[in-house]
Amino acid sequence: MSGILVVQEERGLGRNRFSQEALAAGRVIASLTGLPLETAVVGDKNTPILAETSGAPPSAAYAVEHPLLNIYTSDGYALAFEQLIRKLNPAYILLPHSYQVRDFVPRLAARFNQVLIGDVSAIESGPLFTCQLFQGKLNARYRHQGDGPCFISIQAGAFRPDLPAAGTTTIHPFVPDIAPEAIRTRPSEPFRAAAQTIDLGSAQLIVSVGRGIKEQENISLVQELATALGAELAASRPICDNGWLPMERQVGSSGQTVAPKLYLAVGISGAIQHLVGIKASQCIVAINKDPDAPIFEVADYGIVGDLMEVVPALTEEVKAAKQ
Amino acid sequence: MKIIVAIKQVPDRDAQVRIDAAGKWIDESDLQYALNEPDAYALEEALQLKEKHDGEVIVLSAGPERVGTTIREALAKGADRAIHILSDDLGSRDALGVARLLAAAARQENPDLILTGLQSEDLGLGQTGVIVAELLGLPHATLILHVEKTDTGIEVKRELEEGWFQTIQLPTPAVLTIQSGGNKLRYATLMGIKRARTKEVRQLLAADLVPVASPVVTLEHIALPSKKKSTQMLTGTPKETAAALVEKLRFEVRVL
Repeated sequence: MSGILVVQEERGLGRNRFSQEALAAGRVIASLTGLPLETAVVGDKNTPILAETSGAPPSAAYAVEHPLLNIYTSDGYALAFEQLIRKLNPAYILLPHSYQVRDFVPRLAARFNQVLIGDVSAIESGPLFTCQLFQGKLNARYRHQGDGPCFISIQAGAFRPDLPAAGTTTIHPFVPDIAPEAIRTRPSEPFRAAAQTIDLGSAQLIVSVGRGIKEQENISLVQELATALGAELAASRPICDNGWLPMERQVGSSGQTVAPKLYLAVGISGAIQHLVGIKASQCIVAINKDPDAPIFEVADYGIVGDLMEVVPALTEEVKAAKQ
Repeated sequence: MKIIVAIKQVPDRDAQVRIDAAGKWIDESDLQYALNEPDAYALEEALQLKEKHDGEVIVLSAGPERVGTTIREALAKGADRAIHILSDDLGSRDALGVARLLAAAARQENPDLILTGLQSEDLGLGQTGVIVAELLGLPHATLILHVEKTDTGIEVKRELEEGWFQTIQLPTPAVLTIQSGGNKLRYATLMGIKRARTKEVRQLLAADLVPVASPVVTLEHIALPSKKKSTQMLTGTPKETAAALVEKLRFEVRVL
């Protein structure tokens, strides 16, 4: 077991904050364990993310290069990193908790008889890894057992990218052995379903509705509040999954990311997939019947109560205030 | 097409979860259980594939006796038969341990497709389906909204981040983890509920399927999350809280 390997994800120059957060988490483990920090990324030595990493610890960076890795596939990535990990024999492997990581790392970890400790938001001595349970209602602390490599993915926004002490990063090319037939899936180019006609990203006021509204007919109550405020109406995923509002009104990791002056969340419990889409809001107000709903952890103002009573009362008060 | 749908019984999402005395898990007394919602979407996709292409839908679930009610619910919605892996110690197994059970049971059936939800609503590990694929040596795709049969296998629609999608072609057999929202979920009909009572539920003992291995990851303890922000809670009658909030919106947030 030689050290800590942080696997970064190239998203283009200046867009790699997520990977830098994983590096920051790697430094936390380095300080807890005294192990050296190294990094790896798919691409050649000129890949932009290595330019952002170089000139500082980690001491070594592995540029994992192969023509069959130019397009992401779980088979290709699992095979390439399996070979790199067998060569380096790291004690810890850290990655950003991205859609891509969730796709290939469980497969990769299983090849080492390991499981991924996913979506980690804190690391304490032990080490103990904090993850969410029950959609954010509770936190769990997990411990890794045994001698195998420990796979960890880092929650977006949980670790602050830091400026490390000066140092030198040596870039090593690593060419994995991948046969074309080892890649069994054929992915297409990404596409957008339809032109987004509602731009929630630039909305100043947003009233957003979630599962707590219970019935499709009740959405009109929230629409009336949005209209009274002059706000855009938005929703969390389950509302759009049910077809109660169109997908283009969905806020969260799979929908739009918003940054309004006011984000008023009605009946939204606040799963992490939703919270990542609203964290740039200047003021978050939450109305929910459950006082333990995770949305209250990020809200500036909270009201615990029955939506069917609070929302119409609020609409009346807003109308009165505007007269 | 022979399709296995791996489903999980989880605490109902509206249930009040309380931490147990040992601080290791939640208090399970008086807890209401339900079918994990992403798994309900996996079942729906499987039933629609069967309606289009014929074949068989087999529900597979691991857990104690109480899981039987969730299995019957899936049968009532239209699954043909079920396999219940009886296990009272699921909580002491990690994702790899649970996936080994599911893979061992699935292997006996030689399915064309294995579907499951992208993650569970309780542990939220989001890896069981992918590990099952690895253990069975099958290709997989995650976050799938829609499945089409092709001449050589299947073509699936995969959700990426921020409103982007892609299609992926896979040979069968394959494992897919299903994202919610791809279909409208059906309800069980009265006839379906009646029929479910006579459908086959084969019970397997976990201990007979795979030898118990010690977990590589253990849950040390659980706790309420600590607050990141100091939230100002507004209390009173609905009218009072509404008036207090409007006051804040006017004079502090200044959006009114």
